[in-house]
Amino acid sequence: MNSRSDRLAAILVILPSLLLLAVFVYGFIGQTLWVSLTDWGQGAGALALNPQIHWVGLENYKSLFTGFLDVRFRQDMVNMVFFTVLFVGASLLLGLLLAILIDQHLPGEGVFRTIFLYPMSLSLVVTGTIWRWMLQPQGGINALPTLFGLPASNFLWMSSRTQILQFNWQALPAYLCWAGVAVLAVAACVYLVKGRHKTAAFFAAPALLLLALVAWGPAGRAALLPYPETHGFNLALLGIVLAAVWQMSGYTMALYLAGLRTIPDELREAARVDGASPLQVYRYVELPLLAPITWSAVIILGHIALKIFDLVFAMAGPDNASTSVPAISMYLTTFRGNQFATGAAIAVVLLLMVAALIIPYLASLLRPGRAQ
Amino acid sequence: MRTKLWVVLVMSVVMLLVSATALAASQPLSGKLEIFSWWAGDEGPALEALIKHFEKMYPNVQVINATVTGGSGVNARAVLKTRMLGGDPPDTFQVHAGQELIGTWVVAKRMENLNSLYKEEGWTKVFPAGLVKLLSTSQGIWSVPVNIHRSNVLWYIPENLKQWGVKVPATWQEFLEIAPKLKAKGIVPLSMGETWTAEHLWENVAISVLGPAKWQQLWQGKISFRSPEMLEVWKLFGEILKYTNQDAPSLSWQQATDMVVKGKAAFNVMGDWAAGYMNTTLHLRPGTDFGWAPAPGTKGIFVMLSDSFGLPVGAPHRATTLAWLRMLGSREAQDIFNPLKGSISPRLDSDLSKYNVYGQSAAKDWRSSTIVGSLVHGVVANERFMNDFATVMEIFLNSRNPQAAANASQAVATQDGIIH
Repeated sequence: MNSRSDRLAAILVILPSLLLLAVFVYGFIGQTLWVSLTDWGQGAGALALNPQIHWVGLENYKSLFTGFLDVRFRQDMVNMVFFTVLFVGASLLLGLLLAILIDQHLPGEGVFRTIFLYPMSLSLVVTGTIWRWMLQPQGGINALPTLFGLPASNFLWMSSRTQILQFNWQALPAYLCWAGVAVLAVAACVYLVKGRHKTAAFFAAPALLLLALVAWGPAGRAALLPYPETHGFNLALLGIVLAAVWQMSGYTMALYLAGLRTIPDELREAARVDGASPLQVYRYVELPLLAPITWSAVIILGHIALKIFDLVFAMAGPDNASTSVPAISMYLTTFRGNQFATGAAIAVVLLLMVAALIIPYLASLLRPGRAQ
Repeated sequence: MRTKLWVVLVMSVVMLLVSATALAASQPLSGKLEIFSWWAGDEGPALEALIKHFEKMYPNVQVINATVTGGSGVNARAVLKTRMLGGDPPDTFQVHAGQELIGTWVVAKRMENLNSLYKEEGWTKVFPAGLVKLLSTSQGIWSVPVNIHRSNVLWYIPENLKQWGVKVPATWQEFLEIAPKLKAKGIVPLSMGETWTAEHLWENVAISVLGPAKWQQLWQGKISFRSPEMLEVWKLFGEILKYTNQDAPSLSWQQATDMVVKGKAAFNVMGDWAAGYMNTTLHLRPGTDFGWAPAPGTKGIFVMLSDSFGLPVGAPHRATTLAWLRMLGSREAQDIFNPLKGSISPRLDSDLSKYNVYGQSAAKDWRSSTIVGSLVHGVVANERFMNDFATVMEIFLNSRNPQAAANASQAVATQDGIIH
């Protein structure tokens, strides 16, 4: 009886926030999804009181990935992937390095910790504005070498049009298949080595199937576009990566430092007693124990990177396509170009990418038995 | 005692009378007026002067000055669109005159036409016919222009040109002859900023190649974007770009102007807000410290853009809005606003003595030139085309391929309803 009324009270307490979430998060996700499947914005009266909206199915998504005029969105996606990889990678490395340095129990540790963590307290817009000034081609970072009597650098931080690692968008399905084959094959090998043959076979079978598809089947020849279209890594993105790493590496440091401090000293001492060098202590004792922290950091930094908008907007402005990301295209297509359906489709693509990152993480956290 | 009572009596009667007449005068005009714009910062004082003038005329109206700054109006437009879609229109909002208003709000049946206001105030006679045409559709006239800016201006520092032994080019061919000499001296012949300033340069090149008549036909869908003339535009534009600064995408328009002022660059094509910047912010004297000419090949043409205000359907305070619009079109209000904003009045009867040397020269040209509308600043094409044209420009800036740019702009024009 008592537990029943407790449960009722619990439900009543949770209900308001559940309702708010249902409407303002899931309801609007649903609405965005619905808009992305319509032609809202194709005709003239996009902003009429009762706009004429028709169902078009997946047409908007199709044109985003294969349409002649959506080339900017595709380059934005490529930019976003490169940005995410570089930003997350650099933040993790730098964060770990700083954490290890601070973990040496230096005098004035608190001061350094605060200095490194401080950038995180700034808004991304502020960071972007400051770095835009520092990366001006005629001054700031480029003028730094002149302090030491060296010639000034002339790298065009955010305006370079140089593109490296170029690839043909037509071949993207094939590339993705090859990447899938590689991932599945690696997973299969890992389980094979561990002696879990059934699980290995579970990964090996789709790998072989994909391999067959891409090597001899339709996937290898499927072209997304009727003409070649090159995309690649814009060097102009480096400036954005620099600013983002400056902002977030201190936070990564804090995560790692907390992790390092929770490792009991006995473990380190035991390793040292066993004759491990300081480097080996890090390699074989501390890094493996930091793995869960690394995963959390990847998830946190990764979803920031995928959704990045304000930093790029403040640093490079809306129309600098070399540094643009899908979130900026989404804003411009929706609110400047009045193409609400296309904008919603970009939003859904972004949502799916972030979900692909976060849902497995949440699932692994919530899996029964993993709690402790 | 008795005299005191008498004084009090008279005073109270007078006060009663005064307040009664004040009440009667303001009876139709009390309430609120919400003005939505992106005028803050440098442009804030001009708007505030207008509001002050309005409040003096209608002391009982409470004016709400709603500004959304940033992104040269992009952010304000985003907020405006969400408000309109949510059924919460402001009483009146700033919008670039022409297709930015018509292509978005008029076709969506969100504006009231202002024909009767124009008729009552006789505005069709005081505004040039070319301007009224750009503000109208066959259903009516849709907004009241408060200012005129000129887009096709070439800026330079006369003293620098003398020192370098260079004359102001009257055509792009002349520019292309001068440019290599300047480049050899380590001077950027033409400074440029971020993408929209490239589009700004492009429209001036296009108008010089096409001429005013064909420029208008282009936006009526009568000339193909793949026609030989348009290919010629992209080719010439590509030639000119060779003489611009490499770091353009990371510079604002002010920084591009600075290059000219500091003697790093010889010329800059920008709208005449650059005159306001050089005059007010950099304290240079127009005519002596800095000079101007029509952009090459556009002599006798006035490429215009204009900020205007309209009357949205369902505006909560329609009466006060109409009073605001009526005031905006008046000679007095326009001559308060424009000298502060650094623009000129569209009215043919404005009082030129209130403007500086640049403003007077622009006003003279306004009255005598052929008027055409700007693309980048919302006059000739709808917002969707303008948004997509940024992508076309990126395609060209990356590939420098005239044919690819022509094909892409044709595709954009077809998709966005310019070509039917």
